[in-house]
This record gives sequence, structure tokens and C-alpha cells, in this order.
Amino acid sequence: MSRAPLLEIRDLEVVFDTAAGAVQAVGGVSLDVHEGECVALVGESGSGKTQAMLAGLGLLAGNGRAQGSVRFAGQELIGTDEAALRDVRGTGIALLSQDPMSSLTPHLRIETQLVELLLDRGLATRAEARERALEALREVDIPDPAARLRQYPHELSGGMRQRVALAIALMGRPRLLLADEPTTALDVSVQARVLDLLANVRANGLGLLLVTHDLGVVAGLADRVAVMYAGRLVEVAPVDELFAAPRHPYTAALLAAVPRLRGDDGGRLSAIPGTPPRPGEPVAGCAFAPRCAHAVQACRDGRPVLRGLEPGTGVTVACHRPLAIEAQPA
Amino acid sequence: MAELLLETPPTRRAGLWLDAWASLRRSRAAWVAALVLAAIVVAALVGPSLSRYAIDAVDWTQASLANPPSIATGHWFGTDTNGRDLFVRVWIGTRMSLLVAVLATVVSVAVGVAWGATAGYLGGRVDGLMMRFVDVLYALPYMFFVIILTVVFGRSLVLIFLAIGAVGWLTMARIVRGQALALRQREFVEAAIALGLPARTIIARHIVPNVAGTVIVYATLTVPQVILFESFLSFLGLGVQEPLTSLGRLVAEGALEMETSPWLLLIPSAVLGTLLLCLNFLGDGLRDALDPRRPR
Repeated sequence: MSRAPLLEIRDLEVVFDTAAGAVQAVGGVSLDVHEGECVALVGESGSGKTQAMLAGLGLLAGNGRAQGSVRFAGQELIGTDEAALRDVRGTGIALLSQDPMSSLTPHLRIETQLVELLLDRGLATRAEARERALEALREVDIPDPAARLRQYPHELSGGMRQRVALAIALMGRPRLLLADEPTTALDVSVQARVLDLLANVRANGLGLLLVTHDLGVVAGLADRVAVMYAGRLVEVAPVDELFAAPRHPYTAALLAAVPRLRGDDGGRLSAIPGTPPRPGEPVAGCAFAPRCAHAVQACRDGRPVLRGLEPGTGVTVACHRPLAIEAQPA
Repeated sequence: MAELLLETPPTRRAGLWLDAWASLRRSRAAWVAALVLAAIVVAALVGPSLSRYAIDAVDWTQASLANPPSIATGHWFGTDTNGRDLFVRVWIGTRMSLLVAVLATVVSVAVGVAWGATAGYLGGRVDGLMMRFVDVLYALPYMFFVIILTVVFGRSLVLIFLAIGAVGWLTMARIVRGQALALRQREFVEAAIALGLPARTIIARHIVPNVAGTVIVYATLTVPQVILFESFLSFLGLGVQEPLTSLGRLVAEGALEMETSPWLLLIPSAVLGTLLLCLNFLGDGLRDALDPRRPR
């Protein structure tokens, strides 16, 4: 962990210019991803987790602007020109997107889409690229890869398409993979296979930034978890710490909202009362305060900053009244 | 049993164009249209040399100038009001019309698709500039251009191709730009950007083939437009000049004589009509054949 991180996000802000004025989707996010590490970015819909990830690759929509710093292997990505970004994409950072139904180009054979990057960059000859493509399909457990190469995306099932999309993302041998809810659109049984594959590729030293709202995925795959709420990080913690003892009330509420097969009460699912603030709405103090059972006046007055709580645990939390401390007064 | 069901059938594929060809052969209307079209092209190429008359030769041996079709005289399609053989003139005219139509359509497709896809994909200010340029060209009266061009450079066939192509690509550019604008938002384009592919690769490989269906259909609609536009230019004395002719010209001339010599109108119109109908059926079949999602 002492080595320089592969991806270093510092004070990242993403602002969208809309008809209703500037809307801040991400505010002051700082996060590291090391080589071979899997960091999960968790939060509910609209919390800015996807935008934070896309900002680094320069893939924001036309009306979006990113400020702050995103460094990949020491190279600043925010504000760099398109040509430099293009060199990083594919071979440095690859993206696995959410919906395998729409992320493959419909009229191109699987082979064309797999070898495209290598041929375009002049990284391989056609024959070599084809070999690599077969290898990549085998890596993601696709049966009969030679036949698949000749097929079109619509001839494959959803799970197979997502595995092909993963194979495409890995063709350039990237050092970091950004996965945007890679299992959301899949059946549960297929999800498990895709997660296994992601765990496998990580074993090869690939850094993985996983954006998801599925805590089950997080528990199985991540080393560290960063919880986002209303565009800001509220808690960053090693996965075991987070599940065992969530420090932030929002994290605790998220965990409590996960349905369980054997509940203690067998009653209603616990939901978080209230709604998150609308993006762009100015919030004084902690954005979660209105929904928080533990909120005091200080929470409404001043915005808490991320700070380390107990040295050595690697837990940082942005809360005036973190839970664990409350339970065991120091 | 379950394994048998899960096993995918072996697929033998040889390429998008071969697939399209196989699919085209299976579509009866398109296949018949293609055969008739081929027959017309062959007739246009070899027809004139089958007759013993030349395109500009007046047959003085006949009692009158305009003669109805007859096997005996060798004027299989009859003669026009100047006593010239219509069989030769129709196929020469078809040759000319096809040439103008194909070249002008190629120009309009090539320029229009490249221009529209680039503008639509890049978007923003570049898109604005490129499309305003199209708007300005739209607003200018093209006849004025053509007249100036002919005055400055003299009449030539090349000029006709240029003039017609210059008008045709504008609409094509607008259509393709609209499609590209929508495609740019699709996830597979984003995936291609995230893969670090340069803009020209994304436009050429991920955007343009997706608009192929629309382009082909519009191109088959362009062909009749071009043929009609050419006859209009010829009518004004700016297009194909006598003794050379085109289908449009022959129809226009025949229309003047339709009460006394109906074959002068009927024969060229039948050829023109068949030609346009075949092109439409073929375009329709091609659009289906080029769609990889279509079951075959």
C-alpha cells in the first residue's frame, strides 16, 4: 500500500450546465485505487458515482465539466487533450459498462470488435490479434471461441455478451478496469460468473474500480468500499470493517436495507426515510442530516469532512457523530 | 437433452456482403428486380450495336418521318418525328441516364455520408458550422450555379455530374447527420470511445454502417430524382445535347407527340418506369439484406 496508487483522485468535482443552472453531481471526491486492488464505489441512484468514474476518462456528457485532479500512474487526466486521453484509454484504463445489450456494436462481428484496438494502435498483426482474441474469449470462459468470433452480438445471450464486453476491455491489457454496475442487467446466476471472472482478472494485478449499488457484489469482490451520498464520499473503509461496523449512519442504513432470507423479525424491509437532496440544491451541513436518526444541530450547520477515526483500521468517515464511537465512548 | 438444447448450432459465415448476397437471393422481389435491372443495363450497352441504324441517321427510305414500331423496316421501336431510329435512341438514352444517375448518386452518397456522419458525431460547434454551410448551399439557387458553370467552362457531361452531385449530397448529409447524432448517444459508441479509438475509426466503423439502411433507401430514391433533374437540365439546353439523348429527354419529346405517335412516349416511359421500379425494389431488398439482426 506504500507504493504510489494506480489511480489517484483528488478533490474531483463534476458540474453539469443545465437549463436550470449549474448542477453539481460530484463534490470533492478523493479516492485511491492501487494495483491489484478492488475499490467499490457504492451509493444510490443519482449519488454521482458513475459520473465520478466517467470524469476520469473524459467521458462526461457535453454539458459536464470536471475539476480537481485524476492521476493515472502519475499522469494527470483532467484537462488533458483528447489525443493523450486516447492513449490512456484501452491500454491504460478500460471501461466495462452496465448494459451488455447495448455496449456491443450490433453490425460488427465479435472478432472485429475484439481486435479493433490492437490493430488500430498497431500493437499486433492481424494473425496475432486473432490469437489474442481467442485467448481473451477463453479467459472469460466462453465455449467454442473460434465460432463466437464469427458471430454477431445479437446471436449471444446477455451473460455471454457481458463476458465478451469484458474480453474486449481486457484486449489492450489495461492496468485499471472501471466497471460500471457490470452485473445489474444480468440474471443472478450469470452475475455470479461475471463476478468470478472479475475476481480472476484482478488476480493478475489489475486495479478495479467497481461502481455498484449492489452490496452483495461489494462483499464478494471489493477490498475497500467508498460510500457516496449526494455527490460526496461519506465513508471509505476496508470491506470487512464496513460490513462489521459501519461508522456512518448512512452506511448503516444501507446495510440494514439489504433484504435477508432469514430476518430476525420477518417483517417489513427497513427503508431509509425521506429522499436524498436534489442535485444542485445547496445543502448546508451534512447532506444526510435530514434523514439521519442521529442528527444534531451541528450536523445541519457544518459539513463534516472525511477524517481517519481509529488509526490502523484504514477507516475514514465524514460524520460529526460516527456510530462506532458513539457506541464505545473513548 | 439440456446440453443438446444449449449447444449452439455451428455457424458458417463468410462476410457481411456474402450474407447480404445470400439474403438478397432469397427475397424474390429484390432478386427479380436485380435481374431485370441487369437486363436493362445489358440492353443499354449492346442494344445500339444490334440495330443497323445510327443514333443520328435519318431514314429517308420511309414514306413519312414518324413510323410506328415494325419488324419489317428494322425500326423495332419505330422512328421519331425526325425519322431517327427509336430503338437505338432509347438504349443510348438509357445508357446516358444510368451513367448520370450512378455517378451523381455515388458523389452524393460519398460526400453526404462523410459530411453528415462527421458533423453528427463531433457535434457542438463543428456540427453547427458544417450544417450552416449545408443550409447556405441549400438556400442558393442551384440553377444559377449550373448556368454560370456552363458559361464559364462550356457544356460538358462532367459538369452535369458535378452539378447534380453538388445538389444531391445536401439532403443526404442532413439525413445521415440526424442518425449520427442519435447513434453518438448509444452505449456502444461510448464503449468505443472508452476503448481509445480515434474519431475517424468510430465514424467509419461504428457509425456509418449503422446508417447504411437509410442511406441505401435514400440513394435509390435519389436515382429517379437525378434522372428527372437531368432531363430538366437537358430541356433548358444545359444537359445532354443532340444528337445524344437521355431517357428524360426522350419522354419529354414523346409527350409532345403522344396524340399522333404514342410509341414515342410509351416506349421510353416504359423503360424509365421499369428502371425506377427495379431500383426501388432492389433498394428495399438491400436494406433488409444488410441488417445483421434480420433472421436468415
